[in-house]
Amino acid sequence: MENIISLENVEFSYPADPDSNEPAKLILKDVSLDIKKGEFVAVLGHNGSGKSTAAKHMNAILVPDKGKVYADGIDTSDENRIFDIRRHVGMVFQNPDNQIVATIVEEDVAFALENMGVEPKEMRQRVDEALKSVGMYEYREHAPHQLSGGQKQRIAIAGIIAMRPDCIVLDEPTAMLDPKGRSEVLKTIRRLNKDYGITIVLITHYMDEAAQADRIVVMDSGKVVMDGVPKDIFSEVELMKSLGLDVPQVTELMYELGKNGFKTDTHIINEEECTEALLKLLK
Amino acid sequence: MLKDITIGQYFPGKSVVHRLDPRFKIIITAVFIVALFCADNFLGLAVSCVFLTVSFLISEIPLRLMMKSLKPIVPIILFTTVLNLFFLDGVTFFKLGFIKITYEGLETSAFMIIRIIALIMGSSLLTYTTSPITLTDAIERLLAPLSKIKLPVHELAMMMTIALRFIPTLIEETDKIMSAQKARGADMESGGLLQRAKALTPILIPLFVSAFRRAEELALAMECRCYHGGEGRTRLKQLKSGAADYFALGISFIFLDMVIFLNIIFG
Amino acid sequence: MAIIKTENLTYTYSIGTPFQKNAVENVNLEIEEGELVGVIGHTGSGKSTLIQHLNGLLKPTSGKVIIDGQDIWEKGVKLRDIRFKVGLVFQYPEYQIFEETVYKDIAFGPKNMGLDEKEIDRRVNEITELLGLGKENLQKSPFELSGGQKRRVAIAGVMAMEPKVLILDEPTAGLDPKGRDVILNQIKEYHRKTKSTVLLVSHSMEDVAEFATKILVMNKAQVFCYDTPPEVFKRAGELTKIGLSVPQITKVFMALKEKGVDIRTDVYTTEFAVKTVAEYLAKKSLTN
Repeated sequence: MENIISLENVEFSYPADPDSNEPAKLILKDVSLDIKKGEFVAVLGHNGSGKSTAAKHMNAILVPDKGKVYADGIDTSDENRIFDIRRHVGMVFQNPDNQIVATIVEEDVAFALENMGVEPKEMRQRVDEALKSVGMYEYREHAPHQLSGGQKQRIAIAGIIAMRPDCIVLDEPTAMLDPKGRSEVLKTIRRLNKDYGITIVLITHYMDEAAQADRIVVMDSGKVVMDGVPKDIFSEVELMKSLGLDVPQVTELMYELGKNGFKTDTHIINEEECTEALLKLLK
Repeated sequence: MLKDITIGQYFPGKSVVHRLDPRFKIIITAVFIVALFCADNFLGLAVSCVFLTVSFLISEIPLRLMMKSLKPIVPIILFTTVLNLFFLDGVTFFKLGFIKITYEGLETSAFMIIRIIALIMGSSLLTYTTSPITLTDAIERLLAPLSKIKLPVHELAMMMTIALRFIPTLIEETDKIMSAQKARGADMESGGLLQRAKALTPILIPLFVSAFRRAEELALAMECRCYHGGEGRTRLKQLKSGAADYFALGISFIFLDMVIFLNIIFG
Repeated sequence: MAIIKTENLTYTYSIGTPFQKNAVENVNLEIEEGELVGVIGHTGSGKSTLIQHLNGLLKPTSGKVIIDGQDIWEKGVKLRDIRFKVGLVFQYPEYQIFEETVYKDIAFGPKNMGLDEKEIDRRVNEITELLGLGKENLQKSPFELSGGQKRRVAIAGVMAMEPKVLILDEPTAGLDPKGRDVILNQIKEYHRKTKSTVLLVSHSMEDVAEFATKILVMNKAQVFCYDTPPEVFKRAGELTKIGLSVPQITKVFMALKEKGVDIRTDVYTTEFAVKTVAEYLAKKSLTN
């Protein structure tokens, strides 16, 4: 399958603070990562692991010091094509409040299209479509501050969807939401992936969210340290814990049972599988 | 409570006045203000007031709201009245000790009061029937030709929009920070002026820090959505002007003409 | 004696408008001194409104709030004194930091209490150690610190007031798993050392289940239940019905029961689950 994003031996550091004598700290060290078209990839890693910095390379917010990044086949260091890249690879951030520009929902969703110079008639159609795809069409005339966190985040997603991107990168979109908002946003993300075929890169701290992805990439101190399907990643309970990460509670249970001499398999990441496994064990 | 502060004074409705093209509404308001200042006799003023009254009745704005809009200018009205009433020379109407009120003083005071009240009511009618964002939009479009002489019209309008968008957010944030500092025993209610000003530091610094953080994040989010200034931008909402708008504008000019005509006759 | 007591506490907002609503309704609560209470509920369940009543930030529409035997809205009671008794850490407390140095920011609360320099110094140093903030950081600007550290500085600022009751509103929101564990463990440690009463508002049943001595569940402006974790998790089915997510493990054991396995369902930690499985199997091999 075709790669939508590829990072090739990327190295990156923020410019050193001129006031201090410390050298610039390398945030990304030789990161190589391919995201295939249509995939739903979750990126895990504790704070400071470099996952956010890697994400910002995916739509040319940052460009690598060394190595190359291609977004939809375009070299991100090509400044002339920066808007091309951003149209193909959209980005959603953590704080829903700080990414909504307009005072009316539908005008905010239209913001990117207005910047791109889309005709008003087509714009109307694309805005309505985008709002429907995140289930917020009825709220099109509301003011953003009247909405809940989860709703605001869905508006932010709609603003990206309106550009009809191939890929959306979401940088901890649920970190500031309550459980209800989190599940709304996650459902929306999954639908965009399954029904609309949009590639999803989801950066998150929540293991239950990562468990729903097709693939998990784990980063630690500026490197990709694990890459695989959720079952394989979470079955490495000890390794995950040493990286400062969690595994789903059910996986942990399987692991603890195994440690206590029961015959179990840690390739279990959801409640249904866990129930089945326990049924077998208890019979 | 800070939460109760409303921005602008838009009163949603579906009246003809609400539905007029905001660009026309701004121009009509300007015409009305010109008429008010042109009028140099009571009859002219009365004609302007008829225009105002009719617009007001069509707009379905409660009278109570219009009265409320006058509240902040009460001191100004009092001040001009006192000035005109006591310090204008002319035929004495009333005298008590060193206080002397003249017929001219009475007349000018009444004239000024009516003019100021009509002025405020007229502009309030504009802001009551037009949301701040529509107003910003209309101003941007009216001023668009000025961008040719390098006036940053789009940028100004964008700043205005973002300000409108973030005022409720920042008010809520101020509320939160105030509660949090109160919980740490910050005393904001007692002490002299200096002490109170000092007591604001724990609120203002976090507020500024947060505003800058928000600005930075918003700028990034805007860039990710291909924002590159006003060049080549299209708009979702097109302002459409129709027969009603031209009709309303025409009427406002007729009233202006009448005022000028009355000036000439009585002048 | 109960350190926190509410009597028919009701708070209505937007009185006289079409939006009039009771944010908390007829809440009668008694929390004993020394408990570590997990407070759970949806957004809008009234939990935030409730905690803001406990230190007098909100005034009840009707009913009483009694802290340490004192009705806080009685004439002559100084609300500031109540706020020193009941420390409240808001959500994202790092956004309230404002001083030039970490030391000064932690000292802000104690200073407002009118304590002398020596006592302030003792408290700042003690809390710095307890929270592992590092003495070398005390003279740094708090804005130089990492997100997790900033949050701990802000929490330290309230802890340094040595309140009898400490309330934390979602102290782990937005943190990564490691940061979350660090803060939760430090709160536990604080509770153990000071023997004060701690209320921890959280969205995560898993976090609360691990170490709370009591759980308060709020639903629709009312107290749904206030009990020990095992008792609360016995009602896991009801909790799910009011839309609260119970720990994954609890759900698994509920599913097992539904499938005909005769096993207890008030299981909420992995440790307890392993024990339950072992016990079940031991019992089974005994009967066979």
